[in-house]
Amino acid sequence: MRNVVIVGGGPAGIRAASVLVEAGLRPVLVNEARQVGGQGYRMPPKSLAFDIKALMGSEAGKYRRLHSLFASLQERIDYRPGTLVWGIHDKVLHTLCDDVAGTIPYDALILATGATDRIMPLPGWTLPGVFALGGAQVILKDQGCLIGSRIVFLGSSPLLFLAALQYHKFGASIAAVVDTTPLSAKRAALCDLAASPRTLARGVMYRAALHMAGIPVIDGATPLGIDGKDQVEGVRIKDGRGSERFMSCDAVAYGYGLKPETQLAELAGARFRFDPAFRLWLPEADADGRAGADLYLAGDGAAIGGADAAEASGALAARALLADTGRPQPATELMSLRQKVERLRRFQKGLARAFAWPVAQSAALDDDTIACRCEAVTVGEIRTAVQAPLGPREVNRVKAITRCGMGRCQGRFCGPALQEIVAGACGAPIADAGRLRMQAPVKPIPLHAAAELEP
Amino acid sequence: MTTKTRVVVVGGGLIGTWTSLFLARRGLKVILIEKGIVGAQSSGVNFGNLRLQGRHPGQYPLSIRSQAIWEDIEELISDSCEFEKTGHLYVAMNEAEQEKLEQHARVAEEHGLVIERIGRDELRGRWPWLGEGPQAATYSARDATANPRLVSVAVARAAQRLGTEIVEHSCVTDVRRNGAGFTVKTDTGRAVDCDAMVNSAGAWALAIAEAFGETAPMFAAGPPQFVTEPVPYQVRPSVQAVDGSVIFRQIPRGNVIFAGYPRTAADPVLNRAPVPPVKTLNGMRNLMRIAPFLKSAQVIRVWSGIEGYLPDMLPVIGESETTPGLFYAFGFCGHGFQVGPGVAAVLVDLIVDGRTDTPIDLFSINRFKNAVQVSDKLAREFDAPAASGRRAG
Repeated sequence: MRNVVIVGGGPAGIRAASVLVEAGLRPVLVNEARQVGGQGYRMPPKSLAFDIKALMGSEAGKYRRLHSLFASLQERIDYRPGTLVWGIHDKVLHTLCDDVAGTIPYDALILATGATDRIMPLPGWTLPGVFALGGAQVILKDQGCLIGSRIVFLGSSPLLFLAALQYHKFGASIAAVVDTTPLSAKRAALCDLAASPRTLARGVMYRAALHMAGIPVIDGATPLGIDGKDQVEGVRIKDGRGSERFMSCDAVAYGYGLKPETQLAELAGARFRFDPAFRLWLPEADADGRAGADLYLAGDGAAIGGADAAEASGALAARALLADTGRPQPATELMSLRQKVERLRRFQKGLARAFAWPVAQSAALDDDTIACRCEAVTVGEIRTAVQAPLGPREVNRVKAITRCGMGRCQGRFCGPALQEIVAGACGAPIADAGRLRMQAPVKPIPLHAAAELEP
Repeated sequence: MTTKTRVVVVGGGLIGTWTSLFLARRGLKVILIEKGIVGAQSSGVNFGNLRLQGRHPGQYPLSIRSQAIWEDIEELISDSCEFEKTGHLYVAMNEAEQEKLEQHARVAEEHGLVIERIGRDELRGRWPWLGEGPQAATYSARDATANPRLVSVAVARAAQRLGTEIVEHSCVTDVRRNGAGFTVKTDTGRAVDCDAMVNSAGAWALAIAEAFGETAPMFAAGPPQFVTEPVPYQVRPSVQAVDGSVIFRQIPRGNVIFAGYPRTAADPVLNRAPVPPVKTLNGMRNLMRIAPFLKSAQVIRVWSGIEGYLPDMLPVIGESETTPGLFYAFGFCGHGFQVGPGVAAVLVDLIVDGRTDTPIDLFSINRFKNAVQVSDKLAREFDAPAASGRRAG
């Protein structure tokens, strides 16, 4: 095995690298960010002089362990920070680093590409002042900024509570945390949530801390819209008892959990299946992360499992790779990693019910609401296209007709909602709406990136 | 149960939909059968250029007839499909290329096209965003663009309104002679009797031709195409380097669409035409040579389609030699969008009137009985060796 390449510098990628290094390999680790840690364990710039304990709370210990593990590996791997992988073809990664295009050939590839925010359109969600929930955390951790001075955390996600607490600690005033899933759904999910009692306890603790800080938490609300003329002025909701409420604020952190970043897996040849629990198309992989010839998937980019599952699945993918290349791995070690990943991913299935993707909300959306923020395509335009004579019933055709998903993000953010809107307009099961296909570049690349290259 | 109709059209691309519309306008009952959905293959993903400059000399009468239909599109289908008379700027980087432009211009002028010859200084004056590379150009104001994603579906709808039955998701599995007509069967259990049949199945057209003892050396490939994020609108004409390295146009919302040779491999069985990243980088570099102001623009999307190509880079158009009543229009070698409606009009002449005034002998399927002259474009426009690509279906 000459060239083993890992894409992603979060817990899955770092743990995979450490297993490979222990086996005597020197993998390439490609990281789109300048700092390792992924999104969850993102390292703030030193200049911000953040108190990591205050920022990371109960996870500060894991944060330190991961970063010191990486520090111990750095000399023994070929580390490429600030490097975007924008295409994969014939076992070559096409990269962009400091705006210059490059290539990295591989014999085996571990993709640990992580996850991004999952968003459902809502009237007013494109107003200045509305941020994706994960994006709001990144702004705080990476730039030491707050998204506003009085903030509503809206949507349904375990991150809602964590992010609100982080913002509170760093001086923001939190108008409210509005969770769209009722408490009854959380109780119903307890059985799966018990798969990770520690994480469950942490969630309960976050809630208690919000309560202690006097921050209102509203469960089971229906969001009606984000209001404002030129920027956010407030959030309108219908609460669990059915009364309409308006909360004044100058910023909103909005999101419905996470979705795996699967674009590179698709370009590397992974097949996809529809997962009814998450209502998303996910790459197919075996229990160890094998997703095709010389292709391994790990972490949240394969299936949402959280940071601990990411580490375990990174180790597992690396061990699978070693086993496949003539270095047998201890069965007990494999078994315990598999059990851990399986248990934590089951916990996430529980979370998907406790913090539900708002299917009903997509059906209730006004026609005027923007679905695709890159191309400013409205929900109504999508429904009209689908219901026209010879109208498309599959998302790639809807994209061709309406431009929804055709812009800068290439459907990374509007894709899940587009599937719901199309399925709703067709009256068909969501799996029939399909998923947006991927071609390189997975993220925009400037023309001058090609300037230095020989034809 | 068997349905009866005058004409069955196989293939719901640009040719099939326009043919159905024109037949319906002449009062004929038509059933259009499409294996997938209308306008989803190369008809729906091509560059969208309605280019008159630089066409094959024998194709001008067809092209001019076709352009007149495009210019009338809103009247014909009640939808303009973003048709715009943008003009076409054909640029040369050196004297040899300028000579080539001159040859193209003389041919076009013989067919009544108005061609402006533009020297280096005037070029910069009129289109100040041009880079240092272009030395001369010719400009044709009648050339235009339209949105291929919208056209075929809109034309199919217009045909549907006139009574054409559009059958999607149905693959033709069996075609046979039935008296002077045909019986066509599909994998969805349809059986249709008809007097005439149009084979406009694009890169998948050979199966039907071969069922009647005719064939063509068609292979599949695709045009790699790229688009940038929106940038301020300033490029009005579509612009093409005469060496084929790049062609680009800007749409009013600001995106710049570009394409260039060599073409990409396509697989008509798997229905895939992936664009290797190296082609994207090549396209980016070639675009910067002519339009350096775009150097910081970001490429956001890349795509291709599956087109049928023939070694002389000319399509097959006309009635079958073996089987009267069977009409062909396929293998458009990547330049079918502009001629599409004209080809449809010719097919309708042949089906309804039994003759056409537009010269089409050059495009007979009969020409492949002998060795055809291989176009020099084959070496230029494809990754060598071109014809070794997957045989079209």
